[in-house]
Order: sequence, then structure tokens, then C-alpha cells
Amino acid sequence: MNHFYLPEGLPAPVPEPDGVSAPYWTGLREGRLMVQRCQQCGCWQFGPEWICHRCLAFDPAWVEVRPAGRIYSWERVWHPVHPALKERGAYLAVLVELPDAGHVRMVGNLLGDPMQAVRIGVEVAGVFEHHAGAAPPFSLLHWQCR
Amino acid sequence: MAGIGESTYYKHGQSPDAEFKLALQAILAACADAGIDPREIDGFASYGDDRSEATRLASALGLPRLRSATMQWGGGGGGCCAAVANGAAAIATGQADCVVVFRSLAQGQHGRFGQSAAAGAVSGERAYLVPYGVISPPQRFAMRVRRYMEEHGVRQEALRAIALVSYHHAQNNPRAVMRGRPLDAQRYDASRWIVEPFHLFDCCMENDGAAAIVLVSAERAADLRQKPAYLLGAASGAGPRFATHAHNSPAYASANFGTLAPDLYRMAKVSPADVGVVQSYENFTGGVVMALAEHGFFTPAQANDFLTPENLIAPDGRLPLNTSGGNLAECYMHGFELVLEAVRQVRGTSCNQAPRSDVALVIGGPMVAPASDLLLGSAAAL
Repeated sequence: MNHFYLPEGLPAPVPEPDGVSAPYWTGLREGRLMVQRCQQCGCWQFGPEWICHRCLAFDPAWVEVRPAGRIYSWERVWHPVHPALKERGAYLAVLVELPDAGHVRMVGNLLGDPMQAVRIGVEVAGVFEHHAGAAPPFSLLHWQCR
Repeated sequence: MAGIGESTYYKHGQSPDAEFKLALQAILAACADAGIDPREIDGFASYGDDRSEATRLASALGLPRLRSATMQWGGGGGGCCAAVANGAAAIATGQADCVVVFRSLAQGQHGRFGQSAAAGAVSGERAYLVPYGVISPPQRFAMRVRRYMEEHGVRQEALRAIALVSYHHAQNNPRAVMRGRPLDAQRYDASRWIVEPFHLFDCCMENDGAAAIVLVSAERAADLRQKPAYLLGAASGAGPRFATHAHNSPAYASANFGTLAPDLYRMAKVSPADVGVVQSYENFTGGVVMALAEHGFFTPAQANDFLTPENLIAPDGRLPLNTSGGNLAECYMHGFELVLEAVRQVRGTSCNQAPRSDVALVIGGPMVAPASDLLLGSAAAL
């Protein structure tokens, strides 16, 4: 029944106790990609922080961003290090930069054949993967070539 | 640096002794090497959240007093040089007279860095990575190296050369875990991928052991048993926003020595051309490529030409590298074995002695923050 890219059993992502990243994770659950953008200076920022690293204004705003970007780097993982991945075989992780959001980057999996040739610079589109039945429920953002 | 010592180095899980006992063994060996009474120790410095606490060591060794206890924040093996600098700073500022810098690590007893069985929830930096299967150190660093290879046209052969050199040097080193297990290009090429672009032999080992160094003032060192290795300079820290979560450091394809290396050379008043031998932390071979380039030995575009076994093997190479076998083939003592090896090079007692060893460079864990580096020298370099 596994329609997830990686098998279930990996740890679920949750915000830190101080909640600085909560809007990002809540956004993914709603199928929205949220990134910080300072209202004072317009600087994009990811990972989230309580302050804008450029102008030092507190509490940067969260804005919704189109989940579209370009592959900045990639890796094909062969050696499983977690029990949940023992039977998975090779899988692809990619680092995607978001030109529409100040070129901030995020890590996800590249959907499709894990043996596909991957090229840096290729355009990719985001695909939300909802783990509604997990405890706690969470959502991931994967990528596929456009 | 007046004394060096280490426990027996073991494959992970094979130490018959507790981690804390390994630390004591290394510390006493370093004191014996220096020719000092262990009760002269009045400070400890370490890194990587070492579990052998300074206060327990001071009690166990019956020290008359403890005056300095410093732990370098974060960075894992990135702290192996900073710990030395922190200990030296305590002496230079009069806070201590004799500081032992050490690392003890029994991964069989306390869990490996390269495996995880975590379930439940994950937050912080790991939340952006672990659910996507980016969990272990090689998985967290491979994309930096892939990007660097792409940006600069660095070939797999450059990474391979670093692995071959470490294994070559380890064959002459009786301490080395991989002595008697030579590596050639064919075996490297045939080895399995851990995570592309890292083959098995691009990745450090995991081990049990401990290593220690006795630091005293230069004046005191001159009266002790061994030829002193002087601390010429040290730097630690990180470039702009290097530790930004989810792989957002501006200098992504970097080992994080862009701001450190100029500070290091400036403090030591030497240049890359003065350096005769280098110990460069191999968490993964790709990190060594970046670290050496950032320390000015070649430009990234020259990496393929510079990084050949012939250029890196002692005694005849242009720049002998990782002459004990390092993290890949001597022992993964979180890089501290590299600091001890640099001391041996300055003394002239390495198993793979470099002909020019009056100035020896140690580069701590690359691609982490804070990172750190050291320059050691003989009296001739002062």
C-alpha cells in the first residue's frame, strides 16, 4: 500500500519546541509552501529564524511560494542507515533552489526512477506527500522533473 | 606540544576497555611521552561533546587542582584543532600551566555516527533532512561535494587519490587499524557506493580509542624530554551563515575554510609554500579536496592535476598528505590522531616522515561549522 517515496518508519518532522518553523510545517500539511520574507527589507530566508539576517528586523513574515525550482545538487543513496530503509534500495535526494524565493534551497526526494540520470540545473516542480495517518501527522515536499 | 599519547586503536565495538579508561590510557601515555607527572595537569580541553568529562578526569587522576576546562561548541570533528587552540589560550593567558587536549570515542559502547534507528519525531536542522533519508554524515555532505565537482570539473580520480594515499601511509604505521589492508585503484573503483559520489573508501572509519596531547608553555617545553612542536597559529569558526539550516549556506560547495585559512596563515606568519606536510581531516575525501584548495595549495580548477598519489605520498610527493593514514586508515579518532601525527612530523618521528616538516598544517573537519585548523612548527619555524 506504499504510495510514499520512502517507506514509513522514518522520524516525523515537527517544529522545534520554540515553534520558529511551525508555519512551514503547517503550510506543507495544507499543500502550501511557506517561506520567510522580511517585510522591512524584502530578504528571503530559509531555514526559518526569529530575525531577518540582513536587516535584523524581528519576526520575518511568512509568504506562500510557488513550489517550483531548479536542482542545485543531488545524491543517490545506496547504503541504508535506518531500519525503515533496509529493503528500499537506492533512492535520490535533491537540493532544490527556488528562483522565485531569493534562491533559498530545500532538500527533498526526486520522484521517479531512482536510477535516472540527474543533472544540476534541471527544472523541477514540487509534489506534496501527505502522511495524514502518521503520529504526529506531517507532510513532505518532493520534486519531479518538469 | 610536549607529549603525545594514544590508546590502542580498535575497530568500532572491539575495545575491551571502557571509553573513559581509554581516555585515561591516552592521557597517561602523553604524560609519559612528555616526561611529566600527570599531577601537573591543571586543565583539559576537548570537542565533539566528549563524554569523558574534565571533572571526572581530574578526580580520577587525583589532580591537586583543575584550573581550565573548555569544550569547543558543535561541529563534530571540526573542533579537533580548536580544542588545541582553546587549551593553548588558557596557558597563554595564565589560566593554566599544563593542559591536556584529548578525544575519546568508543563507538561500540555509545553508538555510531553512521547508523540510526531513531523513530518518533525530529526537529531543527534534521527535520529538513531525515524524513527524506538524508540521515548519516555521508548523506549530509555528499551534495556539497557533488556541487563542487560540478562547479569545478573535479573528477572521481581526485577523491580516489586521497583514499589511496591514506591507505598507502597506513601500511607503514603499526598503530593503523587498516595496516595490512592495502588499497589500490582497482579495489577502490570496484567498491560499493555508500552515497554517490562517495565510494566505501571515500568514507572515514568508525573506531574505538583515545588520543591526547600535553600542552605547556614554550619555555617549559624546552626543558622537557621531547623536541617541542610549537603552535604557530590557529583559527576556528565559520564563514557567513555557513550553518544555515536545510543546506542554505551561501558558500555551499565549500569546506568552510574561506574565512579561517587567511586568519591562520596571518597568525602563524607563514604561507602555503612554507608548509611541508599536511594532515587534513577526511570525513569524506571530497571534503579534503575543498579544504586543501581553500588553504591555497591549488585552485579548484587545478585539483585534478594536483591530487595524484605521486604528489601526496611521503617522502617524495610535493605535499605529503595524511601521513599516518588518518581517519580513513589509521583510526577515526575524530581527527585528533591527525594532530598527533603533525607533532610526530615536526619531531621527525613519523612512520612516513616528510622531508620538509618544520611547518606542519592540520585541517579539522571540513564542511562543518565551526571548523578549525592549526599550524605547528619546529624551533626553526619560530
